[in-house]
This record gives sequence, C-alpha cells and structure tokens, in this order.
Amino acid sequence: MRQKIKPVEAALAAAGALNVVEMYKKALTIRYFEEKVDWLFGRGKLGGTTHLCIGQEAVPVGVASALRADDYMVSTHRGHGHLIAKGGEPARIFAELLGKSEGYCKGRGGTQHLCVMGLNFLGTNGITGGGIPIATGAGLSIKLSGDDRVAVCFFGEGASNQGTFHESLNMASVWKLPVVYVCENNMYAMSTRFARISASDDVAARAGAYGIEAAIVDGMDALKVAELAGKVVGRVRAGGGPALIEAKTYRFCGHSKSDPRTYRTREEEEMWKGKDPIKRLAAAAAEFIPGSEIEGIKRGVLAMIEDAYDAAEKGSDSSTDAALDGVYAKREDIVPQGNIQSA
Amino acid sequence: MGKMNIVQAVQEALRLEMERDGDVVVLGEDVGRDGGVFRVTEGLFERFGPERVIDTPLSEIGIVGAAVGMAAYGIKPVVEIQFMGFIYAGLEQIFSHASRIRSRSRGRFTCPLVVRAPYGIGIKAPELHSESSEAFFCHMPGVKVVVPSTPYNAKGLLTSAIRDPNPVVFLEPARLYRSIKGEVPDGEYSIPLGKASVYQEGVDFTVVAWGTMLHRAADAAEGFDCEIIDLMTLKPFDEETVLGSVKKTGRLVVVHEATMNLGLGAEVAALAAGEAIEYLKGPVIRVAGPEAVVPMARLEDDYMPGVERIKRAYEKVMRY
Ligand SMILES: Cc1ncc(C[n+]2csc(CCOP(=O)(O)OP(=O)(O)O)c2C)c(N)n1
Repeated sequence: MRQKIKPVEAALAAAGALNVVEMYKKALTIRYFEEKVDWLFGRGKLGGTTHLCIGQEAVPVGVASALRADDYMVSTHRGHGHLIAKGGEPARIFAELLGKSEGYCKGRGGTQHLCVMGLNFLGTNGITGGGIPIATGAGLSIKLSGDDRVAVCFFGEGASNQGTFHESLNMASVWKLPVVYVCENNMYAMSTRFARISASDDVAARAGAYGIEAAIVDGMDALKVAELAGKVVGRVRAGGGPALIEAKTYRFCGHSKSDPRTYRTREEEEMWKGKDPIKRLAAAAAEFIPGSEIEGIKRGVLAMIEDAYDAAEKGSDSSTDAALDGVYAKREDIVPQGNIQSA
Repeated sequence: MGKMNIVQAVQEALRLEMERDGDVVVLGEDVGRDGGVFRVTEGLFERFGPERVIDTPLSEIGIVGAAVGMAAYGIKPVVEIQFMGFIYAGLEQIFSHASRIRSRSRGRFTCPLVVRAPYGIGIKAPELHSESSEAFFCHMPGVKVVVPSTPYNAKGLLTSAIRDPNPVVFLEPARLYRSIKGEVPDGEYSIPLGKASVYQEGVDFTVVAWGTMLHRAADAAEGFDCEIIDLMTLKPFDEETVLGSVKKTGRLVVVHEATMNLGLGAEVAALAAGEAIEYLKGPVIRVAGPEAVVPMARLEDDYMPGVERIKRAYEKVMRY
C-alpha cells in the first residue's frame, strides 16, 4: 500500500481522505452518467434534447460537500450533476429521462423538469434564469421558518443577464436571505461568449452592486470549490445574508445535442480538457489510496451506472392518463414545509 | 421556383426584406454567427453584418422591450425567441407596451415589430419546448398573430408581417420546419395578413385549422368531401371566408393543438353561432389538446390531436 501523506498532516488527512475519495466517486458518477446519456442520444434511445455537464463536475460536487440533506437546491437546464451531487439515484434519473413511471417525476418531466422533494431538490429548469427567484423564495421560506437551512441556487453566466438574477439578488440582500448563488461560468451561453454580451468580465462583480459578498474560484478543482463553499455556506447558515460564488469552468461537450461548436477553437477546448476535474480529483485521491483502488472505484462506478440504466429501462412506461391528471392539487396535497415562527 | 422547407422559406423572406429595406434588423439570442437554434438566420450575419443581425444577451424581456423602442423610433426589428415557451418574460413588453403604443399615442406612433418563435410540439421535448399558447396573443387588442403552414405561405406571410405597421407575433410550427417541402417562387411576394386560404374545397362540412394541425386535418379528410380552411392569420382572422364556407356546408369542425379551454377554436365556434346559426345543421365540434402540460415525447401522440381523433370528429359532425 502506497502512503504518501506526511506524518505531520496525517490527522488532517485522515479526516479529509474520506471526503476526497467520496468526492471523486461522486464526480465520477456524474461523468459516467452523462457519458451514458450522450451515448443513448447518439443511438436514438432518448428523444428531445439534453444538456450535459461533462467538464463541470467539480462545481456541484464541491458545493454539495458543504450542504446538509435538508438544505434546498435549485438547478438549471444542465442539472443532472446537481441532482446526483444532492443524492439523486442514477437509476431514477435515467427512468425519468426514459419517461418511466419509476422516474423521480413519474416520467413526466424529463431532463429539464426534474424535481425531487424528498431530497429538497427544487428542480432543474427549462427557463434560463427561471430558478433564481425560486431559490430566493426558498431562502425566504427558510428565514420565515426560523431554522438554519440554506438554499443553493445554481445558474450559468448566461442567466445572469436575465432580470430574474438582478431582481433576486436585490431581494435576497435587502431581506438578508440564506441563499448561496452559485454561478457556473463556462464562458458560453449556447454560442454566445460572455465577454461579447456582458459589460463586466466576471459575474461576481455584479453581486457587489447589491451589497452581496462574492468570490471567484477555480471551478475545475473540486477541492478548492469545496473549501470555499464550506466557508461561504457556514457564513450564510449563521445568518450572514446571501453570498455568491462564481466558479470558472468549462463544458467539454457542446451546448446540447446538436452543436457544431463553431464559436470556440479546438485549441481552447484542449487547454480546458487539460484541467479535467476528474483527473484532478483522481490525483488528489491517490494521495490517500493506492492506484489499484482508484481503478477499482472507476470500475465500480461504471458498473453501477450500467446497472442503473438497465434497471431503469426495465421499468414501466408512464401512461397518458398519469400525464393528463395531476395538473391541479387537492387541498390535502399541501405539505407544510415549516412553521413560521412569529416574533 | 424551387422546392424548399419552411426554415429556408423564412430565411429567404428575412434576407429579401433586409435587402429591400435597410431599416429591417434581426435580433435575438445566438441569431448571428451561430444562425439560431433552428438555423433560420444562418448566413444573415455574414451578409448584413453585426449592426443588422444582433446577438443579444440572454434576456427575453430586454430583447422584446428593446425592439419595442426600436420600432417606435423607425426601425423594423424582427426578434427571434428560441422557443415559444421562452417568450413569457417578453410577453410583458408585448402586452403592456407594443400592443398599446398606437392607441396610447393617439395614432402618432407605430410599432412595426415582428416577434418570431418556433411553436408547438416538434422536437420531442415536453412542456416549455412544445408550447402552443397562440390564444394568449390573440386575446390582446393591438397584436396580430400569424401561423404559416407551408413553405410558400411562410415566405409570403413573413414578408407581410415585416411590412405591417403593427406588432406581429409570427409562430413557426417546429414540427413542420424541415418535414415538408414545397414550391416557393423566387424573389419577393407577399400574402396579405387577415386572409385565410381555402386549402381544399368541399361541400359536406368545413374544417378550420392552422400550422401543424392543418396537415393532420387534411390527412384525416380522406374519404370525406370537406372544405379545409387554413386560417394563417389567427388575429385578426378572416371571418368572411370562414362564414362563407360554413354557410355553404352547414357544419363546422375546428382543430388545434393548444388546450381546448379558451383556445381559438372557441372564438371560431362563437362566430359561427353568432353569425351563421341558422345555417348550422349540428353542433360545432372542436378537436384540441387536453388541459395538461405537454408530456414526454412517447405520449405526444396521445396528447396531440391525431388523424384518428380528427376522423372521429368528422364522422360525428356528419351524423347531423
Ligand atoms: C428563457 C429562456 N431563454 C432561452 C433559453 C434557451 N437556452 C437554454 S440554455 C441557454 C444558454 C444558457 O447559458 P448559461 O446560463 O450560461 O448556462 P449554460 O448552458 O452555459 O450551462 C439558452 C439560451 C431557455 N431555455 N430559456
């Protein structure tokens, strides 16, 4: 067994080792999940469109490492990684994409309308920027209940041009809401490079206008994201008001299913692929566990994803009747989320 | 003359109008070098440059609002919204401002604005990528609403929409974009707004449809002697052509993809009831979408009125 840790750091590492290995497994789960989805699209087994987060795995994994199960998470159109990081089961996400009734939304929502109340995952979103006010409201509901949960809101840099972003940050700041806004800045909204349509280079700069503290982090490095998220979430949880994290990242694949990627160079892509977050995590994990174990983890996760898909595929197709009912709720369907504590 | 699909026909109308009139400007997300989600604006950026083919930030309310201001002050903006389901933030500017500028300014301002969007079920994605909420726009005084159904009328109608001095919402059926081809004359021509076309003549009953459903209504008509009207302009729609046909046949079926409740079919039915009830031999029948969001692709065919359902409506109306 190879042990690279220096004795002085041993105690620290023992605590960290579990985390690093766990984060590696999570990131790998997301990567293999997305690669499988890509494969399924290529073979026509999935229809419509999908947005993969290959290359961006460090952000959800790093942020989620600082969260509790009862914290809220609001996602985007590129949301499979967010859900997996929050504890979503690959089999049930596959089932959702396949339109099976075992899916998290009974096979009615698909990739862009996926929500899991049991995981406090308030949904992927087909509307760019649509989730930002929802996360803000989740933050307000936490504040009204008087507990110490936080709401985390993912969005892309493109979405930060929507009014919803600006309106939400203002509200969150004025009301001191426990919301952590996490911008996954992968530089491109579809074909549009941020620098071409934005007055400021960094999304973080915008937070300042609303009196919100913001920090920029290398979004290809899960450990750095985790470290920052740990601090930020702690401060927000303690009642410090909202915060913004801007993670500089890159999607290795196209925007969606059909994207010739004419708006960026192959050299730029190669440069970013050199920063592959999975490889970095593997290297970090190798500080704690032997190489053979790393290989074992890879094989294990890959097999788990294949099994998850096979299980999902065997599920039952969701029915039209199920799709047509459930438009309105009944009174007894209301689930109290928390009791407002009056002063 | 040449055969083209609707994507090409729309693109040609845009190009010809931009050549003819230097005030016509295209703007939207990814419409420039990228050519847009459906590649409708492909080549326009290279031909007309970044001042007339404008890549915007991701901001529907900002895009539509800016276009309203441009239109009020002499430009003829043609906005592309990537899918109809993304228009709702921009709806605010269309409803609150574009539609009212004419009457608010007591006739001093015009708002010659076109908002184009692919619409309806077509790319096998549920919900917001498959919306058909044309009736919202029809409800608003001051807005015109157009839905082409063939490459030929797509080109001619868009040309008229761009030349029209009012805000026009131009909805392009995503399902038809590349699935049908047709003869399209070279050079510019226009098809007047507010005029329907008789797609097929017949005597037993009248069918009113538009966009994707026009083709389904026609497929279902095999074995029936019915008159099919392609409404093309939904607001204001051609009451004269509809009434003329209903008075001739005495029976009416309206087919649309959108939810039945308060869909445009209700307005067409009310017209027949109000103006031609003495000619009707039986009830007006509507074939429309259920009151639910559009489900995943596998269930689309159950959701969308299909040939079988439309046929049953035809059989039913013929029992009277
Ligand atoms: C209101 C709205 N407008 C446009 C779109 C189409 N669209 C989907 S994703 C996207 C780009 C989003 O960019 P960004 O927020 O940076 O996220 P990324 O895709 O880079 O993860 C666009 C334009 C949409 N889904 N919703």
